[in-house]
Amino acid sequence: MDDFFNIDSQLSEDELAVRDSVRRFVDERVMPIIGQAYVDGKFPKELIPEMAELGVFGANLPEEYGCAGLNNVAYGLIMQELERGDSGIRSFASVQGALAMYPIYAFGSEEQKRKWLPKMAAGEVIGCFGLTEPDYGSNPSGMITRAREQQDGSWILNGAKMWITNGSTAQIAVVWAKINDEQSDKGIRGFIVERGTPGFSSRDQKGKLSLRASDTSELVFQDVRLPKDAILPGSNGLKSPLMCLTQARYGISWGALGAAMACFEEALAYSKERIMFDRPIGGFQIQQVRLADMLTEIVKGQLVSLHLGRLKDAGTFTPQQVSLAKRNNVNIATDIAREARRLLGANGILAEYGAMRHMANLESVYTYEGTHDVHALILGQALTGLNAFK
Amino acid sequence: MKIAVCIKRTPDSESRFKVASSATGIDETGLKFDVDDFAGYAVEAALQANEKGGGGETVVIALGPDNVQEVLRKAMSMGADRAIHLKADSLPSDGLAVAKALSAELKDQGFDLILFGKQAFDTSAGVVGTATAELLGLPCVTAVSKLDVSAGQGTARRDLEGAGEMVSFPLPAVVTIDEGVARPRYPSLKGIMAAKKKPLESKPAQLGDARVTVQKMELPPERAAGRIIGEGAAAVPELIRLLQTEAKVL
Repeated sequence: MDDFFNIDSQLSEDELAVRDSVRRFVDERVMPIIGQAYVDGKFPKELIPEMAELGVFGANLPEEYGCAGLNNVAYGLIMQELERGDSGIRSFASVQGALAMYPIYAFGSEEQKRKWLPKMAAGEVIGCFGLTEPDYGSNPSGMITRAREQQDGSWILNGAKMWITNGSTAQIAVVWAKINDEQSDKGIRGFIVERGTPGFSSRDQKGKLSLRASDTSELVFQDVRLPKDAILPGSNGLKSPLMCLTQARYGISWGALGAAMACFEEALAYSKERIMFDRPIGGFQIQQVRLADMLTEIVKGQLVSLHLGRLKDAGTFTPQQVSLAKRNNVNIATDIAREARRLLGANGILAEYGAMRHMANLESVYTYEGTHDVHALILGQALTGLNAFK
Repeated sequence: MKIAVCIKRTPDSESRFKVASSATGIDETGLKFDVDDFAGYAVEAALQANEKGGGGETVVIALGPDNVQEVLRKAMSMGADRAIHLKADSLPSDGLAVAKALSAELKDQGFDLILFGKQAFDTSAGVVGTATAELLGLPCVTAVSKLDVSAGQGTARRDLEGAGEMVSFPLPAVVTIDEGVARPRYPSLKGIMAAKKKPLESKPAQLGDARVTVQKMELPPERAAGRIIGEGAAAVPELIRLLQTEAKVL
């Protein structure tokens, strides 16, 4: 879309080059196939090697582990462009980078980092992140998945995880569990569980009407014996998975804008072409107000994410600021997708157009990685000092 | 193999163009610039030739003001090893003047192959590549859609109207590239980061005299509005009559 507020002037040459390269990839490789992939309910796995070649997995992690070593603004722009294609494509990259590679990078041993990160950057090993359980979503501290240390130092893992993006595709799962007899969330640790370990199974969650071009699965762990070195030694309590979520939510704040931009562009183009009452519908005041509102919210969201990215690069951002950005940008994107769908009239319900696909996807994005409401409570707590969770 | 690729910075071909107030060029405000399309194919052809040959060096060269460094970086982010910026306040519209500066830079540098796009999108002149070959005294093959080089010898395919022509030539040589060679690769994110550390040398261009200058640039006249003469089969006789008598195309 046109850069109405000249925000590009605030981006470096590298950041623009990264954005443009991913944009071209999405235009040429994702756009032509994504509508059908969505209808078929399949993640387009054939894109994985190309995304790896481009370098989008863990792009803000260091070069010494085979990653691109980009700053956080460039990383955000990648998420924006991928989600301009589809929230499922961006989710795949978010989970691989921010939720599977990041915890290994942040909490793993040097050996674990060297073993896994280069292969994950290259797309040879796909990861997933197991925190949410059937009965513990917004309250992960209540999780019942448990790892018990054995005499010989190995672990036995039992439990189940749900709503796991990439769960059936992944060769490794980063699984969060309480250890031994720990009751509080201080006893939560991360484990790397490899596909093929006896007792570890996954199955697709059926019947999704959102994120259809994405693999969402249930993971089951039944007396899974893990080697001593499966634990992420630096992980310590609930704050470890929450740090991963902060990374991913930061990317989502940019990604949702990509979906909104796609809907806006589609609506704007349609408004100039679609003739009704003998003139383009873009000439009617009601559609002009719609378009003006969409553009305004996108520009505001872009400025929020860009500023947040600069704070993250300076190392001064807070998880509460990420909550504000995720909450706002996903919310406005859901509204923009719905308004775009309406502007498109009956055509708006077709898979040939993107608006309804984005609209349905964004309902998941609104709900995952901290629901809209939970982020409000995080902000409420930051403002009042009073905890509304318990 | 040591390969030079001479590239040009041109506006995105899908832009909407306006003539500048000088009336001798386009208004560049708000336009997005990139490596010229054909030059992009030439960069890809060079990278592939060196990948296939198991090594070598790909050097990209561009002439113009400092903003051409953007396209040199872009070519290095695709994989070119280093870049040379021949600095000039503006790019002359006389292709021979440009070719003189390029040949001054290219001669005696030991290049096995010198590639160009077959023409640039903005001028469609197609002069610089062939003129450079002439100035360097090298064989020149134009508008190549497939290129193979090895052991001092090159073969190329040229697509003609309704036919293909296979040619062979000794190296060193100048080749201008048409679309048809593999599509230019996406600059990878690692490539973009690596390009920042690759050498980009900037030096004054030794331009020849510009004997050709643009006097005036104009957009094609706007087409007159169409006319609807009726609907359905009933309108056909009248349509045919007008095509014969008014448009005189039948």
